[in-house]
Amino acid sequence: MIEKEADLSSMGFFTTKVNDMVGWARKYSIFQYPFVTACCGMEYMATACSHYDVDRFGAGFPRFSPRQSDVLFVVGTISHKLAPVLKRIYDQMTEPKWVVAFGVCTCTGGFYDNYATVMGIDTLIPVDVYIPGCPPRPENVLDGLMKLQEKIQSHHDS
Amino acid sequence: MILEKIKANFGQAVLETHSFRGDDTALVSREKIFELAKFLKEDPELDFNILMDLTAVDYLKMEKPYRYEVVYHFFSLAKKHRVRIKVPLTEENPSVATLTSLWPIANWFEREVWDMFGIRFEGHPNLKRIMMYEEFVGHPLRKDYPVRKRQPLIGPKN
Amino acid sequence: MTLELKQTRKESMFLNMGPSHPAMHGIIRILLELDGETVVNSDVEIGYLHRAFEKMSEEGGYLQVIPYTDRLNYVSPLINNFGYVSAVEKLFGIDITERTKYIRVIMSEISRVTDHLTCVGASAMELGAFTVFLYMIKAREFLYELIEDVTGARLTVSYARVGGVKADLTPDFKEKTLKALTETRKVLKEVNQLITRNRIFVDRMKGVGVISKEDALAYGITGPFLRSTGVDYDVRKDQPYYVYDRFDFDIPVGEKGDNYDRYLIRMEEMEQSLRIVEQGLEQIPQGDLNVDTEGRVIPAAQMVDEAKMGHTSGLIQLEVMTDPTLEGSTERFYKNVNACNKKTAMPPKEETYGNIEGLMNHFKIVMGGHGIRPPQGEVYFAVEGANGELGFYVVSDGTDRPYRVRVRPPCFTIMAALSKLIQGGSVADIVPTFGSVNMIGGELDR
Repeated sequence: MIEKEADLSSMGFFTTKVNDMVGWARKYSIFQYPFVTACCGMEYMATACSHYDVDRFGAGFPRFSPRQSDVLFVVGTISHKLAPVLKRIYDQMTEPKWVVAFGVCTCTGGFYDNYATVMGIDTLIPVDVYIPGCPPRPENVLDGLMKLQEKIQSHHDS
Repeated sequence: MILEKIKANFGQAVLETHSFRGDDTALVSREKIFELAKFLKEDPELDFNILMDLTAVDYLKMEKPYRYEVVYHFFSLAKKHRVRIKVPLTEENPSVATLTSLWPIANWFEREVWDMFGIRFEGHPNLKRIMMYEEFVGHPLRKDYPVRKRQPLIGPKN
Repeated sequence: MTLELKQTRKESMFLNMGPSHPAMHGIIRILLELDGETVVNSDVEIGYLHRAFEKMSEEGGYLQVIPYTDRLNYVSPLINNFGYVSAVEKLFGIDITERTKYIRVIMSEISRVTDHLTCVGASAMELGAFTVFLYMIKAREFLYELIEDVTGARLTVSYARVGGVKADLTPDFKEKTLKALTETRKVLKEVNQLITRNRIFVDRMKGVGVISKEDALAYGITGPFLRSTGVDYDVRKDQPYYVYDRFDFDIPVGEKGDNYDRYLIRMEEMEQSLRIVEQGLEQIPQGDLNVDTEGRVIPAAQMVDEAKMGHTSGLIQLEVMTDPTLEGSTERFYKNVNACNKKTAMPPKEETYGNIEGLMNHFKIVMGGHGIRPPQGEVYFAVEGANGELGFYVVSDGTDRPYRVRVRPPCFTIMAALSKLIQGGSVADIVPTFGSVNMIGGELDR
């Protein structure tokens, strides 16, 4: 067994190349689960359609089952009544998974500082990319998507 | 015309009337509201067949002898006139008869008033919360409920 | 040999169409009791997007409620803005200028078209017609560009002010609008050819989600839903506000109260709204250009600096050059878009930067603790939203904060009738019915 491990360390070049290739394949075929609640959903629809096409990034096919998707787009305000549902959907997703907080209501709560709103979903689930804006312009969304792609590229299976 | 007719038929129960900015308004005592609503619906000259809105106001911060007012807005499709009926309720006895048998939409409106203000409707078939979750304690739109007091189901409190 | 069939026990199945569902636009939970594929009973649960609009509006001043109102019905935000501001204006008892009324009508109708485009597109997508969705969103982008030119934002605009609007229309608005309308009409024609007589679409929508006239009135339903049962109640025609009584437009009315009628009504209403916009652009008064300066302009920052240094002689005769999106704030356009009322309308920028009375006026309206103070009282004002009658009930106690702001949401009443609409149908019929209800979560749960 110890000989096998020594073998692997000399093959470091190949494992990093394999990682790069897997990262490249993953970042250009994003299966998103759009958890759309509120006004940001309108800008999400505008980004997904023909004017500001998101399909050219490979992310244009939303999968409506958490088991089959790898990126969870949380779009719109999350209230305390909905928070357990969000946590359950996040738990149902399979590894590797990423979370995008779309809109300022999911990043920090926005200007809804009251008894019914969760002030930022990073109090519930770990977030990878924050896209602020109320609602964010489609160009902002595409910028956030490209940052997510960089993150996916550099993801290591540990 | 509307206010005169209401005063003629329900003399003692009408506490005050006004027409601020053209909106006919009448303040009626809580025992007679069901009869008044029936009269407004069935009288051929008034013919108020649509219950537009049912809400409540908490007058804790304004100097009034009672605490709550339940506000009903009626509209007549044929005659195109509107009227507003207000029912004052005290803090010790915040309850009034339900209008569900006359207009089925009163079911949901009254559930919302119960959820937000804690005003009971006698005879309501299904008086439970509609906007907030069942584990929530308190009635949010009352003036003494602080706006930022959260009761999260999961996640941190602040 | 005969087969013996054992008597199986019949129980209904409970199925949860949960909050996060692909075919539902908005978050809502429907608990269905099924017998095979037919719905025996259902229970609709709302409140997943409750953002406490009514509580937050008691926290700031009257002008600070306006951003909260555009997140109510977020597909047609301008209609909510204008509805709230009109209720406050009724409370004050002030009149707005002619040009403001025309601007408000034009922008409301453009917003109504974006709402119907989204509704029809999304409900067609749920039935499988994905192309229709892409075409409708393409048409919506033309209108968003128009709205962005005038107000500065695509979706959450906060364009209305008490006594007027934030800024005047841009100089080339008429040409751009007419071009956008031509493009929109082309899209509507294509969509008509694609789905109006398409066998699959018609079979799925006809006879589904039927509601009778008596039920619709008993549930207080208004808008396209009520009009599909044969009642022609539209706030724009029956209790006209702004300048709707000067326009020539029709109200489409259906017969059977099913989904197909509602689809046809929405398509026709879009055409009528485009007609209103065209007539509005023809009739809009130019507004008086109050030019009594000597034609010299000075940038706003420079004017502020000069005033701070004390070089105020002659400043009042100069004209301030502000950003084009603040066109209502210079003296030249001030009278077009603001009511002449010192208590509610912000003074023109020449006054604010140039002399102390203007600065004090501005301060009194904007700063916390001061602010516009209506007389004590209560008022109800209704506008025609895209889903029905949108009413605002504002109670004021004489201070600078609203005491109670209540929104009468049009889709709340329709959702109360939803369990009656889907009873007796199959599970697959819930999808087109829900699409034609046009539930907007921000408005339903506030």
